Amino acid sequence: MTITKQQAPLAFAFMALALVMVGVFQSWSLSLTILNYCLIASIMALGLNIQWGYAGLFNVGLMGFAALGGISAVLVSMKPVPEAWALGGAGIGLGVLVAVATIFLAVGAYHRLPKGYIRGWGMAVIVIGGYFAARYFFDPATNLIESVNPAQTGFLGGLGLPVLLSWVVGGVLAASVAWVIGKVTLGLRSDYLAIATLGISEIIIAVLKNEEWLTRGVKNVNGIPRPTPYEYDLQQLAWAQDWAAWFGADLQDFTSIYVKLCSAALALVMLGILYWLSQTAIKSPWGRMMRAIRDNETAAQAMGKNVTGRHLQVFILGSAVVGIAGAMMTSFDGQFTPTTYNPLRFTFLVWVMVIVGGSGNNLGSIVGGFLIWFFWVEAEPLGYALLSFLTSGLAEDSELRSHLLDSAAHMRLITMGLILLVTIRFRPRGLLPEQSQQTRSH
Amino acid sequence: MQDFLNGLMLLSNFLIVPATAYGSQLALGALGVTLVYGILRFSNFAHGDTMAFGTMVVILVTALFQKMGISIDPLPTALLAIPFGIAATTLMVLISDRLVYRHQRKVKAAPVVFLISSIGLMFVLNGLVRFVIGTGDQRFSDGERFIIRFGEFKELTGLDEGIAFKTSQGLTILTAIIVVAALFWFLERTRAGKSMRAYSDNEDLALLSGISPERVVMITWILSATLATIAGTLYGLDKGFKPFTYFQLLLPIFAAAIVGGLGNPLGAIAGGFVIAFSEVTVTYAYKKFLTYWVPESWAPEGLVQLLSTDYKFAVSFVILVLVLLFRPTGIFAGKSV
Repeated sequence: MTITKQQAPLAFAFMALALVMVGVFQSWSLSLTILNYCLIASIMALGLNIQWGYAGLFNVGLMGFAALGGISAVLVSMKPVPEAWALGGAGIGLGVLVAVATIFLAVGAYHRLPKGYIRGWGMAVIVIGGYFAARYFFDPATNLIESVNPAQTGFLGGLGLPVLLSWVVGGVLAASVAWVIGKVTLGLRSDYLAIATLGISEIIIAVLKNEEWLTRGVKNVNGIPRPTPYEYDLQQLAWAQDWAAWFGADLQDFTSIYVKLCSAALALVMLGILYWLSQTAIKSPWGRMMRAIRDNETAAQAMGKNVTGRHLQVFILGSAVVGIAGAMMTSFDGQFTPTTYNPLRFTFLVWVMVIVGGSGNNLGSIVGGFLIWFFWVEAEPLGYALLSFLTSGLAEDSELRSHLLDSAAHMRLITMGLILLVTIRFRPRGLLPEQSQQTRSH
Repeated sequence: MQDFLNGLMLLSNFLIVPATAYGSQLALGALGVTLVYGILRFSNFAHGDTMAFGTMVVILVTALFQKMGISIDPLPTALLAIPFGIAATTLMVLISDRLVYRHQRKVKAAPVVFLISSIGLMFVLNGLVRFVIGTGDQRFSDGERFIIRFGEFKELTGLDEGIAFKTSQGLTILTAIIVVAALFWFLERTRAGKSMRAYSDNEDLALLSGISPERVVMITWILSATLATIAGTLYGLDKGFKPFTYFQLLLPIFAAAIVGGLGNPLGAIAGGFVIAFSEVTVTYAYKKFLTYWVPESWAPEGLVQLLSTDYKFAVSFVILVLVLLFRPTGIFAGKSV
């Protein structure tokens, strides 16, 4: 199976055909849902490709960055809860101030105090003291906030701004967290970066699950304003009714498909912009430098390139893209559910996308994103069909048969693993291998 | 004096005993990771799911034994089933090495390619375990639940606080000691173990002196599978089996291995206990303990819990980062390839 760059459109044609098949055999609404998620998955894969493909950074904390995007959709677009702010706002504000002051003090102490035990203990005292001081303000305030109408709100709410803004905010939030992590862990060996990012993503999810005053935690946030029109509003409009009649479709089906097409258009625009930016970057002198650093760090360093600095840069950029994708997903879903963030689906699946698509090739990542997301969704019905076929010889009420059919959902994990293993074994450079981008001299 | 002892008992019951058991489980897990790292030079992301696979086989065999009426009361039946679990896991690991890693060794692939392969294997094993046994909680400990009951201990000592020593905790600690002793005997005294250490220290020199690399790799996988099954079963007996929890164990296990120094077996054990004790100490609520040890008027109002238990991942992470910042090769110098 070899696909050259010229055949890339073929890959997309194949995917389009697959989506049409889903439309015909299952439903058009499902087909468009898959398309939307495919687009978002491609953006995530693009973000990872910037880190892994351009610079060889092994980030397995994508879930955390996607979740940061998700929470920014909540914090930007939800209506603020005035009572909660009135009760706990001051406490939270003071707590944050103390925490920030602690960090500044600790950093200051690190630079001022003489090296050795004094510095270590001094910083420990500052950090621990600051932690308790911040908790002193935080704890009562969070209790007050969480007691405000807990069934409906029980959190501070957001800023009530347009939800599209959260895509930018999500990127910025993910980028700033990436800056902190990168500062600490880049420059260490790649395995360490992997474990550190794995850890930070679990911590981010734990914070989102437990800090109810900010995120409502496991009670979820529903009703996040969507960037697309609502079905119910559309159904009241005359032109929508006319169009539905013209297509001969049910009004509800028509509006649902129309809304999904709007989402797809938005996601497509976003993917287009990010793809264009990534391509421009990788073809620029900056991109050549990144590849040089990836392929031979020592040589690049000898040429006077700041390897750790460039790594930090690319780590931040890639994480920002993942954050944008996370914000898009939450705003399309209209709800934020911290419990759905699962490292297999949000981190390692994206890795499968990039490896299968072709590390270092942006188009490859997009193809990989489409392909893998499609199979991730469709592996379940396909696995079910396969298992019902295989077990058709067994009796209707056979225990084995019902167990196998019940477990069909887990087939997707096995399928993804096998796809990754086969790719890395037989086609380690992916479906669309990275092109050597030498400028032609004639 | 009475108060002092009461406080000590309380601390032992809720802090020292659980942390020692958890530390033993982590140490066994980290040993498996560190051995693979020392020989094959990659971080095996599939290790958590290898543990889950081994435990799954043990659970299934245990259920079979229970049906057949075989038991070793007062000890849990699972102990009888462990050899079967080890055999199945070893077979699985050797097959996966043959199908996945051997080719990468042949083409001398970069360590990160091995790592990515192990992620693929992680997916497959994760799906396989869920496929066979489902995603729910499995309790498979039977036999006597306690070595010392809370009430018995209180009667025995006449204190207000007691120690409840669970069989699973006692077994964990005992098994860990035996396994670690056997492992070190193997590494230090046997020919195969010595060749493993030689290979880990200097691959070229080991090859020159006629050590067969494939044999060393095979022994490593067998040891790693054995350790994974034992660690997984002990964890499951102690806290119950759930596939997703085992996947999440990956983080503390790696933290333990790195904190101790990747590739260093002694470090893995130390790292396991460092992580376990810090996790439990930081997330323990000290209120009741303080009422025993400080004057009454000082008694605190809150729970005096440094961090809620939901943030236990944060503890492994912070220790990991601190060690990486200040001592990048770990407590005991490990490899830094």
